[in-house]
Amino acid sequence: MAHTERRDAPELPDFSLLKRLARDQLIFLLEQLPGKKDLFIDADLMSPLDRIANVTILKQHEVDKLYKVELKPIVSNSDQLCFLIRPRIQTVKWISDLVNSDKVAGRFRRYKIIFTPQKFYACETVLEEQGVFGDVTTDEWNFYILPLDDDILSLELPEFFRDNFLEGDQRWVTTAGSALHLLQSVYGSFSKVYGIGRCAKMVYESWRELMEEGEQRTRQPEFAKVFLIDRDVDYVTPLCSQVVYEGLVDDIFRIKCGSVEFGPDVTSSDKSIKVMLNSQDKVFNEIRNEHFSNVFGFLSQKAKNLQTAYDKRRGMDIQQMKAFVADELKGLKQEHRLLSLHIGASESMMKKKTKQDFQELLKTEHSLLEGFEIRECITYIEEHINRQVSMIDSLRLLCLLSITENGLLSKDYKSLKAQYFQSYGIDHLLTFANLRQLGLLEEQQAGETLTVMESKVGKLVNDKTVGKLTDAFSSLAKKSNFRALSKRLALVPKSGEEYDLRVPRDMAYIFSGAYIPLSCKLIEQVLERDGWTGLEEVTRMLNGQEFAVTGGSSGSEARNKTDAQRIVLVMFLGGCTFSEISALRFLGKERGCRFIVVTTAITNSARLLEALLDNHA
Amino acid sequence: MSRAKPEDDDYWNSSKFKAFTFDDDDDEFSQLKESKRAVNSILVDDDDDEDDVERVSWSGEPVGSISWSVKETASSIRSGSEQSFPKIDTTPSLSKQGSGYSLSSLFKGKSKPGAFQSFSESFSDTSVRTYAPELRKPKSDGKDFVSDLSPEETVRRMQKGRPFSLEKFRSLQDKLLLLDEAVAVYDGNVITAVLIFLKKSLSKEILFRELMARDVALRHYVHYLKEMGEQKLLVELLKALGRTEDMALIQYKEHLNIKDEGRRRDFLKSCLSLPFSQDDATHVQDHYTLLERQIIIEASDKKADAEIFKKFPRKASILNMPIITTLYYSCFYHYGESEGTFSSPSNIRKTFRISEKQYILTALGARAKLKSWFDVDSLFNTKNWLGYTKKRSPIGFHKVVDILHKNSAPVSVLQEYVNLIDDTELKLSVALKYKCHDVVINTYRDLKDRQQLVVYREKLERDSPEYRKIQELLNNVQIRWKN
Repeated sequence: MAHTERRDAPELPDFSLLKRLARDQLIFLLEQLPGKKDLFIDADLMSPLDRIANVTILKQHEVDKLYKVELKPIVSNSDQLCFLIRPRIQTVKWISDLVNSDKVAGRFRRYKIIFTPQKFYACETVLEEQGVFGDVTTDEWNFYILPLDDDILSLELPEFFRDNFLEGDQRWVTTAGSALHLLQSVYGSFSKVYGIGRCAKMVYESWRELMEEGEQRTRQPEFAKVFLIDRDVDYVTPLCSQVVYEGLVDDIFRIKCGSVEFGPDVTSSDKSIKVMLNSQDKVFNEIRNEHFSNVFGFLSQKAKNLQTAYDKRRGMDIQQMKAFVADELKGLKQEHRLLSLHIGASESMMKKKTKQDFQELLKTEHSLLEGFEIRECITYIEEHINRQVSMIDSLRLLCLLSITENGLLSKDYKSLKAQYFQSYGIDHLLTFANLRQLGLLEEQQAGETLTVMESKVGKLVNDKTVGKLTDAFSSLAKKSNFRALSKRLALVPKSGEEYDLRVPRDMAYIFSGAYIPLSCKLIEQVLERDGWTGLEEVTRMLNGQEFAVTGGSSGSEARNKTDAQRIVLVMFLGGCTFSEISALRFLGKERGCRFIVVTTAITNSARLLEALLDNHA
Repeated sequence: MSRAKPEDDDYWNSSKFKAFTFDDDDDEFSQLKESKRAVNSILVDDDDDEDDVERVSWSGEPVGSISWSVKETASSIRSGSEQSFPKIDTTPSLSKQGSGYSLSSLFKGKSKPGAFQSFSESFSDTSVRTYAPELRKPKSDGKDFVSDLSPEETVRRMQKGRPFSLEKFRSLQDKLLLLDEAVAVYDGNVITAVLIFLKKSLSKEILFRELMARDVALRHYVHYLKEMGEQKLLVELLKALGRTEDMALIQYKEHLNIKDEGRRRDFLKSCLSLPFSQDDATHVQDHYTLLERQIIIEASDKKADAEIFKKFPRKASILNMPIITTLYYSCFYHYGESEGTFSSPSNIRKTFRISEKQYILTALGARAKLKSWFDVDSLFNTKNWLGYTKKRSPIGFHKVVDILHKNSAPVSVLQEYVNLIDDTELKLSVALKYKCHDVVINTYRDLKDRQQLVVYREKLERDSPEYRKIQELLNNVQIRWKN
């Protein structure tokens, strides 16, 4: 809309190839179990599977009935059961129980587990321990990447975030490495890799190992650069309310695997409708990256144009009418539909946000980002809690307060925590412990001293592990330094300046001009400097762990002229938000390059915090 | 909730953040409404609209999609209908997705001639080998020597999914070398695999001791035990590591798995002796006390036949609800009970150290819901030392009005509290928002703002009492208007 795409924007590679690759491997695996079979699918695999295959394809390969994995007893008459699951101990235990109860009942069947994207030894150990190893055959479906859109690739692993950052389990490191390796194998190598974060480093190492094993490829690279970033480098951005259209839709309706369900309040009928949200939707494609306040104007202009187009019919003769119906009507009708859908969505979002006093909420968020009137922010948060409004929003504001302020004063921490428990349940004791461990919600310590445990361990440490141990602890006890970072990188524009959201001047537009997302700012800076030089102070405040390496096949300078050299792949480890994607699209347009986002999952504040809740069994 | 001080509003209005507003009467919103009307009113003169829905690509999950067809689940099917495969017309999606492309042709190295670029030609042999037919490769190569491999080679084979043997790692030193090697390649899957081996082949004391110095491995082990549900071992481990608070929390977490409220209460009681931090210990004590009270209240209220329970039947049980919800419940059903009873608001307030502000908020909500304006009134009554009654509130009166309005209090009630707002500007804006005409008019009169009165008059219905009141004021020659 306001900003048109630069004409020389590079073409993106065709990622549909990845879907075909995954589908064909799945078919191959299904053929490994010849004959009729019932297929059990993990609930969270159904949508991703939908994007690459359908029932017809499954039926063509002798899948009889389809079931969702529910960890309950099953009823199936088939002699062959196939399970398509994520490698989770709980699911494998359930399958083992199933096999054992069949054994007790004297029933003979063949069982096959297809783990995706890979199997884990811990799962196989469960089969062994339960005495069903051998009765059950296992396979891997290396479905690493699902293209969600032209420029979004997802690993569809929301658990990556909790497993890696909270539990410290590195089970998905090689998965992420393999995903990069897959991209490289299909689309060519990269000339330069940058990254920041502990996990990013490990993923790079894992990927490098894979590269070294494979044969060196001499194909023309399709991407110039790769940037790997850990989610814990920047928690502030995903915790902010999203106000760009696509992000807002995700915050309110939750986009799942590129599709959203609009309820009756949007469709103005009595049924819900599922809609794919991607660049194929022409109306959506034009508003997805826009600040919400611009969307109304755009939609009403569209509506007027549409009316004019329809009006052309008046006074047409038969021939003209025929041509109109043949050439234009279908397109117009489609646009009409999309338009009324997005108008309905905007209206519904507006109503919801008005009701929750969104304006006040945003004011508080912006004050926190700016470090302005913190006392009043605390009062606002306190009342938010007291009134038992959204449990997640209260938690989100608390975390924002803590990160931006480098922890809460002891008095405030104790009081807010107690009030939170009173309003939302004392079970959240566990949630708060998780948040503290991640450094999302902390009490300021009087003097930064090591805990007893840490110093005790310190003495026992031998030389080999000392480095890693320090790393581990520093990431645990890490300070956000947000204020200093914000100042250093000019993340919060000076107040008092007018910000015209219709003509964004920087990435801050995605947060109403109040804040440039730290994650995207880092990417911008590193690409600009072709490395971390000059950012030493910044990386120190981010706990180091940055790297920049030049790929083996960097090739001649002439290549820099090609399109591929202007494509940058950014991998978010632990999830990224639609707002960040919008910011990168903006950056790409400014710089004449294109970003491809690879993420372990699409996230937002609610998903991020829900992954850390521990108040349910 | 708006902030009390008017300066703030000044600040915000002038700041860069005046991005957009969500006010109903905002121009853009009405603009949007208008365009919606416009779009909806466009007439399309053919009636096969509905059919079109299925065809256009944005209509969501394609018919015949997997999540679409898996509506029935195994456990729900059990209840009778053994209908095999949900009947779906899959033709539309077939034409969309069916490719006539067969997998076997790929693996034979030849692709059927098709509309799209051949798949196997699009990348070289290496990648095909890496990504699909790995599965076909027999994984038994080199079985004879796997037991002689170094830790490095063993870990490498484990990473690749090739056969390996851990049997030869018998000395503690070898075991630890293996573990350290797994950690060095960052492969969580392999780290856990080695830990499972160590768990089986080392005594827990030794294993715990070694893990103490290996944080990465330790965290994998803790996570593995959590996932396996090995609670007892986990508690022992944390205890051995001296992580007593973590241990206490992990044990406390168990209560979530106990459904029966009596047993849950007893379990919570047993948690009281766990080594929580001082703060957390208080919270756990509260948790126990709360559930204990809730069980008592629930037992008696379930069979209660007081008027209030008939008039407003309980929608859910009070068990396991948060403290504030319990207080609200008590203010709703047990208001006015003496402090001696467990179910009384004052008892709950005292037991759980609820702040005055929080108490007023909750009680206000509950009494307003019941439209007990008298109770609402007395919530804010305080007597000063001379015995005069004065209205005082720990929360701003504008917020009180807000809550009352949300509970659909009549204007006569709202007005009383709007009048208690100290700040004139705030009072005026709240009065305008909730259409408390009297307050608006009186405020303008006190401000001697004739012009605003004239403007306001135009918004009112002709010959309404308010309209006439303004008329009278404007005709009053005694008032010295400022404009």
